[in-house]
Amino acid sequence: MSVRTLEVDGKMITALEGQTIFSAAWDSGIHIPRLCHLGGLSDVGACRLCLVEIEGQKRLQPSCMTKVAEDMVVRTNTPALRAHRRLIVELLLAERNHVCSVCVLNGACELQDLAAQLGVDHVRLRPQYPKLEVDLSHDRFGLDHNRCILCTRCVRVCDEVEGAHTWDVAGRGKNSRVITDLGEPWGESASCTSCGKCVQVCPTGALFSKGKTVADMRKDRGFLRYIVTAREKKLWIA
Amino acid sequence: MTAETLRQTRDAELERRKGIKNRIACCTVAGCESAGSGEVRAALEREAAAQGRAGEVEVRGTGCMGWCSRGPLVRCSSNDTIYAEVTPADAPALVSGDAGRFEGRALTTEHPFYAGQRRLILRNSGHADPERIADYIAQGGYQGLLKAVTAMTPPDIVAEVKRSRLRGRGGAGYPTGLKWELVARHPSTVSYVVCNADEGDPGAFMNRSVLEGDPHRVLEGMAIAGRAAGAEQGYIYARGESPLAIERIRTAIEQARREGLLGSRIFDSNFQFQIDLRIGAGAYVCGEETALIKSIEGKRGQPAPRPPYPPESGLWGHPTLINNVETFANIPAIIENGGDWFASIGTASSPGTKVFAVAGRVQRTGLVEVPIGTTLRTILSDICGGVPEGYEFKAAQTGGPAGGCIPAPFLDLPMDYDSLTRIGTMMGSGGLIVMDTSTCMVDVARFFMEFCMDESCGKCIPCRAGTVQMHSILERITRGEGSEADFWMLEELSALLREASLCGLGMAAPNPVLSTMRHFRGEYEAHVREHHCPAGHCPIHASEEVHS
Ligand SMILES: Cc1cc2nc3c(=O)[nH]c(=O)nc-3n(C[C@H](O)[C@H](O)[C@H](O)COP(=O)(O)O)c2cc1C
Ligand code: SF4
Ligand code: SF4
Ligand code: FES
Repeated sequence: MSVRTLEVDGKMITALEGQTIFSAAWDSGIHIPRLCHLGGLSDVGACRLCLVEIEGQKRLQPSCMTKVAEDMVVRTNTPALRAHRRLIVELLLAERNHVCSVCVLNGACELQDLAAQLGVDHVRLRPQYPKLEVDLSHDRFGLDHNRCILCTRCVRVCDEVEGAHTWDVAGRGKNSRVITDLGEPWGESASCTSCGKCVQVCPTGALFSKGKTVADMRKDRGFLRYIVTAREKKLWIA
Repeated sequence: MTAETLRQTRDAELERRKGIKNRIACCTVAGCESAGSGEVRAALEREAAAQGRAGEVEVRGTGCMGWCSRGPLVRCSSNDTIYAEVTPADAPALVSGDAGRFEGRALTTEHPFYAGQRRLILRNSGHADPERIADYIAQGGYQGLLKAVTAMTPPDIVAEVKRSRLRGRGGAGYPTGLKWELVARHPSTVSYVVCNADEGDPGAFMNRSVLEGDPHRVLEGMAIAGRAAGAEQGYIYARGESPLAIERIRTAIEQARREGLLGSRIFDSNFQFQIDLRIGAGAYVCGEETALIKSIEGKRGQPAPRPPYPPESGLWGHPTLINNVETFANIPAIIENGGDWFASIGTASSPGTKVFAVAGRVQRTGLVEVPIGTTLRTILSDICGGVPEGYEFKAAQTGGPAGGCIPAPFLDLPMDYDSLTRIGTMMGSGGLIVMDTSTCMVDVARFFMEFCMDESCGKCIPCRAGTVQMHSILERITRGEGSEADFWMLEELSALLREASLCGLGMAAPNPVLSTMRHFRGEYEAHVREHHCPAGHCPIHASEEVHS
């Protein structure tokens, strides 16, 4: 595989042909904010946090889905990009109820980390806070729609890694909700294998293991790397 | 079908018409249909038989003749006159040719409504029956396809379309020839042609009327595209809410197949092309090309980031040529008459004509087709008769929820892609809504934002949550509860939506806000600072001196 050289934030970096800007930058120690991207899953370009400026291109591009090119000049952290990212996080915090003090994931939440990292210390927008359902029908896991940011990581891990395709998104716009099967309670889902992958990839406290109290839950992403690497190396094929 | 049989079909139809003294064509497009054109047509047929003139008077359906607000419209070929507001009681007079009772309802081609128009897309309206392929052929139909298949190579066709400088009529105005070239040059052996008939702007019915009134023109354009792009399969993506258009497309596809104008060995060549219909459930975002592709594939109709663009990777990952209904409808005449002919109509940068659906506060509303570059004043005053007595023009909205407004000082602006973009609106698909001084521009912005909020697919955060916030701010302002901070929040959110949204819906959602703020800033300020709606439209209750 051939190598590409490009400039990211004034730094010359090398990347493999076909690599995305996001992953090449990450490998070189430049961490672009993200929520919907998770290594090992397909990309959808939905959260728009990883947008970057590419010299010579009119529009901002999602770095998680844009491949590197020779001599590309990329800026990942301009004042304009930072302003956009802060506003996106504010929009999320105003969209549904994200009161950290009563969340199982307090202290280990990607949304919380991002807000801190971007300096979002207050929200200038009107909170919408619709009263959404909490599905506790599954015997081991729970789903709190109030904390869901619709990143669709759960949908993708279930479909692409577990192969069950239990999750999907129903409704549109502000009425979008993740659903299990055709909208049955999670506990009644015929396709769910109770593997818990969705819970581990969920960036917020929307998907959680039962029996955890406030700030008690931590998520394990190691399994995904393990499975994906093993698959690539065909470790399971005798 | 061969060149020979196409000529025979045409000659036979023209020969048959020689014996007919008067062809009475009833509009059978949705607008007139709902005004009762079905009963009128039945009455005309009964009357022709009753007067014993069934041989010399022929009653037919036809496409949209434009002045929809005065429907049902009926055209008589004997004196080339269109009659308005026809009722079944008019049937005897129409059949016998007694024009006396149509005082004020008879419109000739000299009437300003028609004299100011140039009809290419709507050429067959009033002349051909959309349910008869012979009518289309008699009007010169399928000659473009014949030429494209028998006398031109695919690169010739692409070159001709490029020479015409035709731009896509779906909104963005992308050069059609360049798009065709991308697909034609792609090395893939499989490619597709897709007709975007999802028209979903509030109040727009240009595409629907073309499909209901002249469906073969669109099929012919698609088949020519198939020949140019090396595609063997085409899809028309229409919305389920237009049952009549769907029925007409089905009938037309069936007829074209039977005549061998679709299918294999078209005009005895190796060219084969099929068209199938796909019906959407009416989500506005499914008109966006990547969402439309997903929907045809049977998936959730949500946009995907571009690049890759459809000409590179579209339906099932194959190169796909997507054009709007009206774009395809322009193609047959371009191939038949040449790109230079087309380029001579309209303006140098935007040639051809554009169909507008004119609605709102003007005397005559309906479908109007004019050369691109015609001024707004000509369309509104000359063709549409101006605003009625007692009202005053305030602004016209173009481009629907993605567009903006044109205020009175710009009435002499030529309506072309670039001029409209320059003043902060866009051509869009052709919706043209005329507003008078009783309309509140803040409320107009709120209305379109509500539309975008409801139609946002929810995939990306800026659009899903940003439209909700912008709508809530605008609503607050119309209630007289806005604050100064709302102005810069609107601007900040607008910048985010424009620059960071995944698809055109979110990118364009702020346009009506920005455009009304640009031209009518004072109205916003009056709502916020004086708790007063200058148009007298918003229900703001005085006495609430809370924002001191
Ligand atoms: C939200 C949204 C809705 C759209 N709706 C339509 C539509 O109803 N019809 C259409 O032709 N194009 C629509 N478009 C534009 C299409 O994505 C595409 O650009 C167009 O079909 C290309 O055809 P053209 O080059 O002939 O204009 C829409 C775009 C967006 C972003
Ligand atoms: S439940 Fe979690 S992983 Fe699934 S979409 Fe919501 S936030 Fe993302
Ligand atoms: S801009 Fe709106 S409609 Fe387009 S992908 Fe994002 S949420 Fe969906
Ligand atoms: S991480 Fe790239 S768009 Fe979400």
